[in-house]
Amino acid sequence: MILVQLFVSYLKIGFFGFGGGYAMLSLIQNEVVVRHAWMTNAEFADIVAVSQITPGPIAINSATYVGYTVGAQLGHPAYGILGSAIATFAVCLPSLTLMILVARFFLRLKGNRLVEGAMSGMRPVVIGMIAAAALLLIFPRTEAPGDRNFIDAWSWVLFGGVLAGSWRKVNPILLILLSAAAGIVVYYIF
Amino acid sequence: MQPLRVIFASFFKIGLFTFGGGYAMIPIIERELIDKRKWIDRGEFLDLLTLAQSVPGPIAVNTSVFVGYRMRGLRGAVAALTGAVLPSFALILVIALFFAGIRQNPVVDAAFKGMRPAVVALIVGPVVSLARGMHPALYVVIAAAALAIWGLGWSPILVLAAAALSGVAWELTIARRKGKR
Repeated sequence: MILVQLFVSYLKIGFFGFGGGYAMLSLIQNEVVVRHAWMTNAEFADIVAVSQITPGPIAINSATYVGYTVGAQLGHPAYGILGSAIATFAVCLPSLTLMILVARFFLRLKGNRLVEGAMSGMRPVVIGMIAAAALLLIFPRTEAPGDRNFIDAWSWVLFGGVLAGSWRKVNPILLILLSAAAGIVVYYIF
Repeated sequence: MQPLRVIFASFFKIGLFTFGGGYAMIPIIERELIDKRKWIDRGEFLDLLTLAQSVPGPIAVNTSVFVGYRMRGLRGAVAALTGAVLPSFALILVIALFFAGIRQNPVVDAAFKGMRPAVVALIVGPVVSLARGMHPALYVVIAAAALAIWGLGWSPILVLAAAALSGVAWELTIARRKGKR
């Protein structure tokens, strides 16, 4: 049953994932953390971190990872592999179908006023969705330790440093690796 | 006609090297598909990018399906998609298999405590840079959408659908009237 829910959730994420990677975070977060509580807010942040330092779109990475985690909760790693295959397939299915339709009717869609209208309506909302994902990561709905990504002043120092780095176009992989190193220094060595 | 395994291999390579997703992969696709293999011309690729963004789903997935379909129909699309997705699928699966075991390790735990706020910063960064190019009146829409989803707990899908409908309604009424004048 949980595998069916997984399929439906990732089908929804794939179908409504307008605006690429970061915009899809809000959808993924809403299904995985808020609706089904398959993982905590902090675990969700961990997947985003792993996605940043491994190749591939965040949607695919999260589908594979969440699918494995949810499947493995059924008791055996084989279910985990099945779950990751189901979620990854589900998140790709809408793209596969819709892009084939687009490829067939390529020229007719280009410059279509309804498509353009829908797109221009969604553009600011997609930015709002990215902001919502960030806000939920900063201010979780519960006070449970597993939901908190900001645990002390050091968290805010790292946040500020990485934000400054990202505005200066420093490579995100480097920023993530540096903050992992900083985490080890601050929370393990000291 | 290109053999399916060449299409698969080419997209496997793209999938393997697209760190950071989305826009980071565009130069890699350009080099592999336009310059090296000449499977698609530059003009068509730009149109494709615009369309790939109006269709839901990761840009990498959309692009691979489109190019694969153009070359070999449905089989080509499936070959390209599988190629593009397989590297991340395999890698993340391996990470997931071992992550539970190393999760409790104090060094790993400390590293993730450092990475979590960094991830949030990487998400906040593009919000500001994307919003900067927009009409100031739209800041209200951006803020309202963020508050509805985060504060009120509205479904992001509903908010997105409402925005698409408002955009269509705007296009059919106000924009049309302006166009007639």
